[in-house]
Amino acid sequence: MSLPLFGPINDPGPSFMQTLKQMGQSPFDLEAIVKGGILEVPHGTTIVTFKYRDGVIMAGDRRATEGNFIAHRRMEKVFAADRFSAVAIAGAAGPAVEMVKLFQTQLEHYEKVEGVVLSLEGKANQLGQMIRANLPMAMQGLAVVPLFAGWDLIRETGRIFAFDITGGRYEEVAFQTTGSGGRDAKGVIKAGLMKENPLDLDAAARLAVSALVEAAEEDSATGGPDVARGIYPIVASVSARGFEYVPEETIASISSEVFSSRRGIGGGQ
Amino acid sequence: MSMPYYVAPEQVMKDRADYARKGIARGRSLIGVIYTGGILLCAENPSRSLHKISEIYDRIAFAGVGKYNEFDQLRVAGVRHADTKGYAYSRDDVDARSLANLYASYLGQVFTHEMKPMEVEIVVAELGRASTPNQLFHILYDGTVMDEDSYSIVGGDSDAISSRFAAVYRKDMNLKEVLAAAVGALAGPERKLTPNELEVAVMDESNGRRTFRRISGKPLEELLG
Repeated sequence: MSLPLFGPINDPGPSFMQTLKQMGQSPFDLEAIVKGGILEVPHGTTIVTFKYRDGVIMAGDRRATEGNFIAHRRMEKVFAADRFSAVAIAGAAGPAVEMVKLFQTQLEHYEKVEGVVLSLEGKANQLGQMIRANLPMAMQGLAVVPLFAGWDLIRETGRIFAFDITGGRYEEVAFQTTGSGGRDAKGVIKAGLMKENPLDLDAAARLAVSALVEAAEEDSATGGPDVARGIYPIVASVSARGFEYVPEETIASISSEVFSSRRGIGGGQ
Repeated sequence: MSMPYYVAPEQVMKDRADYARKGIARGRSLIGVIYTGGILLCAENPSRSLHKISEIYDRIAFAGVGKYNEFDQLRVAGVRHADTKGYAYSRDDVDARSLANLYASYLGQVFTHEMKPMEVEIVVAELGRASTPNQLFHILYDGTVMDEDSYSIVGGDSDAISSRFAAVYRKDMNLKEVLAAAVGALAGPERKLTPNELEVAVMDESNGRRTFRRISGKPLEELLG
């Protein structure tokens, strides 16, 4: 390894992706690894995000599936992108986890090289560019569709961004879901969010878990709380205090409440 | 017909070293020191935005004196090296020793082959873990690396600052004590440095994964008070 020095003409600036490219290490250079074929790889499933009183909530289930097999039961799909933003992934698990790692490195890299933190919108655009760079892989079935949410330090508010597989970026007003169980989860979120009465963190965590439980009930590729193994959905909040996970014990007790109190779940059908 | 002058290689090297030293001596100095809870980097720097001390990686920091554009170029290269290595291998595989070696070989290369040597002197510090010690690498303009186990002083007036600092330094100092000693040594007997003239950063375990933390404004005043 030599010291990565560049002349003023070809300096990659604060872009970590560009740096990797110039050093011949870009993860997006794997051209057409499976020409013409569709790969069967583990897929991640339901992600929900919505605004609550102090910022945004991001939550995801833990199951990854390969066709009708369960590939992983403990997969993590909600990550801190940096101190004030969260990213959650649905889609092909391998490229998605890789993209999160690249995205986290990019945000930190920018901050260190430039000496300032990227704006929230800047971070969302960066993620959009990475998804676009992944388009050739997406065409072969390795699509990655993340949700991005965070605390905007300039406007002092929580914001949510959704993406499509071409890297198109859409800012959401109050909530968004993605993954195969996303539609079921969305109904619960919509019914639970009150315009006049924003949820506090506790109520927001409850709503997130309810939505994921609902998705797990209806969608075989989404895993609900697994009491026997002690595997629970991951819920995180981003507020003026930064990114924080809701503790696992809290999620466990919320999960058992949801199971015992809701007629449609456990008792119904 | 004019004949090219013969200049002895010793003379060439001496001239280059003098040139580099003169450039470095024009700037203010800085101290990197290990204390009981971590590593302190303290520089005399009136600028709020042109940093001499920066974060390289989770447990690695960089400090440079001399010509700003030259050490900043080294800093950015260090960040790129560390981030690329951490991305390709693991965050645990990024270490100060390999970075210090890269800096040293580059500075050595420039010193012997380029038109002019780089007018910089740098410190690469690494916060140790339970199983590894804290490390300070002091690298000179010609690529000489020194591995120091308690403190490094770089910059123009380093000999005088060093003797002042050595007189008060103890290994068991805490942050407040070690900062007072560093600021006193940088200022000397005739001056008093205010918080506005200082750039201070520490690496300690209180900051989570990224251990580097700048101290300025009110917290710095309180620490100095």
